[in-house]
Amino acid sequence: MAQASYPDDLLYHPEHDWARIDPADPDTATLGITWFAQDALGEVVFFEPPPVGTSLQKDAPYAEVESVKAVSEVIAPVSGEITEVNEALADAPQLINEDPYGAGWLVKVRLSDASERDALLDARSYIATLGG
Amino acid sequence: MSTHPPQTLRRTPLFDRHEAAGAKLIDFAGWEMPVQYEGVRSEHLAVREACGIFDVSHMGEIETSGPQALELLQRLLSNDVAKMPVGGAQYSLLCREDGGVLDDLFTYRLQADRYLTVTNAANHVRDLEWFNRHAQDLPEAEVADRIEDYAMLAVQGPRAREIVQALADAPLPARMTSASGRLAGAEVLVCGTGYTGEDGVELLCAPEDASALWGEIVGRGATPAGLAARDTLRLEACFHLYGNDLSLERNPIEAGLGWCCKEDTGFIGSEAVRAVRAAGPAEKLVAFVIDGPGIARQGNPVVGGGEVTSGTLSPTLAVGIGLAYVPAGRAAVGSALELDVRGKMRPAVIKQKPLYRKGT
Repeated sequence: MAQASYPDDLLYHPEHDWARIDPADPDTATLGITWFAQDALGEVVFFEPPPVGTSLQKDAPYAEVESVKAVSEVIAPVSGEITEVNEALADAPQLINEDPYGAGWLVKVRLSDASERDALLDARSYIATLGG
Repeated sequence: MSTHPPQTLRRTPLFDRHEAAGAKLIDFAGWEMPVQYEGVRSEHLAVREACGIFDVSHMGEIETSGPQALELLQRLLSNDVAKMPVGGAQYSLLCREDGGVLDDLFTYRLQADRYLTVTNAANHVRDLEWFNRHAQDLPEAEVADRIEDYAMLAVQGPRAREIVQALADAPLPARMTSASGRLAGAEVLVCGTGYTGEDGVELLCAPEDASALWGEIVGRGATPAGLAARDTLRLEACFHLYGNDLSLERNPIEAGLGWCCKEDTGFIGSEAVRAVRAAGPAEKLVAFVIDGPGIARQGNPVVGGGEVTSGTLSPTLAVGIGLAYVPAGRAAVGSALELDVRGKMRPAVIKQKPLYRKGT
């Protein structure tokens, strides 16, 4: 998507990641990178998710996204265990650019510490970290 | 991930054009340069399929003139400069005595005793110093820094010549030759050279003429292309990038550039080059294609010895490609390699260079 957008129903990590807590199952979340991150990276050409079952540590890198020019680490916004990965990205990594909050999701996790979400930012606070 | 580099960077005369086109700008060797406009992939494919235009005004120029100009250049440059006719273009290396590569350069013979050498931005000051130091022994060779006097545009792709020809008052020079002429009214040195593996021209003009020339060429259908596409294009064509595939630590022979080293001219470094050529290099620069997913990057080790010096995802081939130094005994085309990409082992195969040839 060409225009910056930061949906209100997501929680954000200052390292340009988002988490969508599942309203029906608040112990699980979908993770991805923000519009700002994909724009800064440019066209994503490769994403290889970690295997299902991998443990994520909040604030630590858990995967890499690669653009033509660079490799960037993806930081976990929350701790937990990966329950599902977005297999579609293997053949279509550009979904991360085209639809970073939808088809471009990266992994789903079962949260190990539900209170961690309190440390994440809402859309307005995240946008404020982006500066001008 | 900041949006704008600090203001201390140098800007080319085309900076306003880049900003207006929505380019992403980065610090490249101290210059604020467009890394991409619309997107690397589309810019890359525009060059492969039609025509792209690059601002390469960050590159430097050194003019060597006078009755001893040839003698000086023959001493400095690895190729046989005497073989270059007026209006010729020649690729060569600038070497230290130990054969380490200071830069790789194109030199154009403008007149009988007047030459223009194009330097890599990051090496320009050091190259100029090297030229000046060696000119001291030759009173009738004059070295002049011309970096402020030229902007440089590269127009590349199957439609490049047709687009530029429409602006020219005379037929464009053939591949590997150069000629001064007028393009859309401006005095331009037109060179049949490039760094993309496509046909095309490189244009050296006065900085004040660059923006109008850019506008004319884009107006006729050239797609502005940034440094990121320039890198993927040159890597598919297996052209060396100084700082990646060439350095002071690498000898021309191991880099596969023995073809532009003419030791009989006695150029600085020729003895070292001769010795490595005779003994055979310990490592060789090879082109590889990754077998399966993954992208190797500069600095990734080759399992069993050697390292990747350039790597990217090839937009044309849709697979990870690159250049790597590997032990000479394991450098044969068709050999399997294993690349350590940040702890993940990626199988690769050594391929014939270039990885992309135009018209294929």
